[in-house]
Amino acid sequence: MAALVEFWKSLSPMTQTWLLGLGKASLILVWSLANFGFAMVMERKVSAWMQNRVGPWRSGLHGWIQFIPDLLKLYHKEFITPKNVDQAVYRIAPFLGFLSSVLIWLIIPIGPKGTSMDLDIGIIFIAAITGYDVIMVFMAGWGSNNKYSLLGAMRGAAQMISYEITLVMSIIGVVMMAGSLRLSDIVLAQINRGWFGWFLLPQFLGFIIFLIASLAELNRAPFDLTEAESELVAGYHTEYSGFRWAMFALAEYIHLVGWSAIAASLFLGGWAGPSGSTFLMGLGNIVSGFGRFPNGGADFLFAGANWWLWAHPVTVYVFGLFWFVFKTYLFVFLAMWIRWTLPRVRIDQLMDLGWKFLLPASLFNIFLTGVLKYAASVWGNVLVIPGTSFHLLGWWM
Amino acid sequence: MEQTKELLVNMGPQHPSTHGVLRLMVKLDGETVTWCEPDVGYLHRCFEKLSEAKTYPQVIPFTDRCDYVGAILNEQVYVEAVEKLFGDAIVVPERAQYIRVLMAEFQRIASHLIGLGSAAMDLGAVTPFLYAWRDREKMYTLFERITGARMLYNYLRVGGLRNDLPEGIIGAETDGEDKAAETFWGFINYFDSYVVPQWDGLVTGNRIFQWRTMNVGRLSAVDAIAYGSSGPVLRGSGVKFDLRKNLPYSVYDRMEFDIPVGKEDGDCFDRWSVRMKEMEQSSRIVKQCLKWLAENPGEVMGKVPRVLKPPKGEVYHRIEGARGEIACYVISDGGPNPFKVKYRSPCFTHLQVMPLLCPGHKVADVIAILGSIDIVLGEVDR
Repeated sequence: MAALVEFWKSLSPMTQTWLLGLGKASLILVWSLANFGFAMVMERKVSAWMQNRVGPWRSGLHGWIQFIPDLLKLYHKEFITPKNVDQAVYRIAPFLGFLSSVLIWLIIPIGPKGTSMDLDIGIIFIAAITGYDVIMVFMAGWGSNNKYSLLGAMRGAAQMISYEITLVMSIIGVVMMAGSLRLSDIVLAQINRGWFGWFLLPQFLGFIIFLIASLAELNRAPFDLTEAESELVAGYHTEYSGFRWAMFALAEYIHLVGWSAIAASLFLGGWAGPSGSTFLMGLGNIVSGFGRFPNGGADFLFAGANWWLWAHPVTVYVFGLFWFVFKTYLFVFLAMWIRWTLPRVRIDQLMDLGWKFLLPASLFNIFLTGVLKYAASVWGNVLVIPGTSFHLLGWWM
Repeated sequence: MEQTKELLVNMGPQHPSTHGVLRLMVKLDGETVTWCEPDVGYLHRCFEKLSEAKTYPQVIPFTDRCDYVGAILNEQVYVEAVEKLFGDAIVVPERAQYIRVLMAEFQRIASHLIGLGSAAMDLGAVTPFLYAWRDREKMYTLFERITGARMLYNYLRVGGLRNDLPEGIIGAETDGEDKAAETFWGFINYFDSYVVPQWDGLVTGNRIFQWRTMNVGRLSAVDAIAYGSSGPVLRGSGVKFDLRKNLPYSVYDRMEFDIPVGKEDGDCFDRWSVRMKEMEQSSRIVKQCLKWLAENPGEVMGKVPRVLKPPKGEVYHRIEGARGEIACYVISDGGPNPFKVKYRSPCFTHLQVMPLLCPGHKVADVIAILGSIDIVLGEVDR
């Protein structure tokens, strides 16, 4: 071990950076693929469970490694290139989608200091990376030289561009409350506020908008208009086969898990676990106005509740990872639940929903957050429920 | 400069939601449909011509294969047409009549379930479709016990039925969900208490479903009559016309049931809800049949000659099928083979309204409209 550290220190900073980058990249890739496998089998299991079926059952324990034979099969299949396709565009598109879905994992904090690149413009980075998806969908649809693909691509471009705006707007409220665009800062802010102060509750409107908009952004049902099986056969990837088709599937599920992870970090307190101690901490924070206002009793509770932070760092990491994955898959399950329950909306209804309802609502959410935050800083100590020490406005500080 | 304005899309014959092999030619202006034309004939199996080479009973299995989702109803129309040809020479026992009505209404429920399920699936809701299959499988288990086949029964005979209901299949009125696949009462009680509320909650009351179907594919009552539509499509447009009431055949005149109708110029949602309510009415009829059958045992086959040779003549018989008015036109030249058998298929007639309903709507609505008129291509092409 010591020799290894010696060796590492003997390397030039440039080599260190490259090696570290390579290691992180491999880790992210493996993590994404593992998540793809789990999410894909989970989707099939969940849908089967909802539809009185069994789902995959043969490969592995109860079919849980079904994704390996699936991918192997697709790898062996021929990749068919129809005549008159735009060769370069047609061939590159699937990989671009995969790239953007994997890149999201770069900034997601999966534990204390557990981020590959803790960018201080995290939210903007997410928005920028997601922008590539539009290009991917459009390249695939346009390059395929197929009418269904073209229709799917047109829908996809319109849908994803319009919902991206709503999506970012719905996060602004969280950013205002946390005071940072950095994802790990947002999570830390929530940990400081305790479980009751996680942004899910004070930012409920923003959370709902985020949920709807991210479903649309991910092309998940009920907004899967770009694929729309019963209308457009398979939408933008109608012509794809073999492993390039698999790339689309990979991208879809990695994206789903990635977005769920972002949702968990933004609204459910990331890696913070709802353990007994944090429960106490949360209670303490209600009394103390979420740690923003002086309150003797609450301070005592708050201090007492912090014992778990002194625990061994490894335990913190393990529990952090567990709670992070747990929360992520809560959102994944929610998306699947919605997908297997609701019918698909129509393109004009989708646009109406996005531009006429969700965008104004998200703008209102920003306004509301600003007003409440201001009110909290001005009247925070005044608006207390009589007879208790509840600081009503502390929530929005 | 060369400029293309409209996009001609061939929906089908290989397309996930054309309910078989239907080709819809659709011209699109962006997402909006400007022109639509159905092209049929991919499933033509010469049923009518083939019938001329077969004896009268040999035609019955073919009729099953027209509308394979509502097979008993197709048998019923043919068998009753041939019985009509014989006039008073063949008397069908009352019990057989009741069992026919029971089977027909049961089949109507099964057929509507699939129709509704696939309509929902066309709108993107996959789960209701599988629920429809789950319940239909239960019904088909019952059918299997009676007729020996799950889908294509060959059960009705000229002059009666092949066999009586097996022992114990009617069950007791108190049978619950656990006996849904064992007794008629079990299924009907399960259907009333579980299936109907589930569909109402999962699909009919769903806001997105209502967005997708309300104000889509409006068919006015005048157009519905002019285009010869019938069944749920006609009643969905607010015309109260049901052959079971207006021109009763078999023992329908003894049954109590209502005719659900939609509003004047009904949309996809009206056609959907008419089907939903029709299933409940069918369940009412089934209950009445079950009560009668439990009390009145007897023969199910009348006296018929060994070789069926109807007297010379022609007959046109119409019944209320699951998808609309099925009619059968049989000409006899006095020999053992029919001189001509002609089916009037409701689905074929309903496809005509596609060019009328689709223009002005979005692509997605074409699928919604097609699902709402509920076609079976086996019946369209025959």
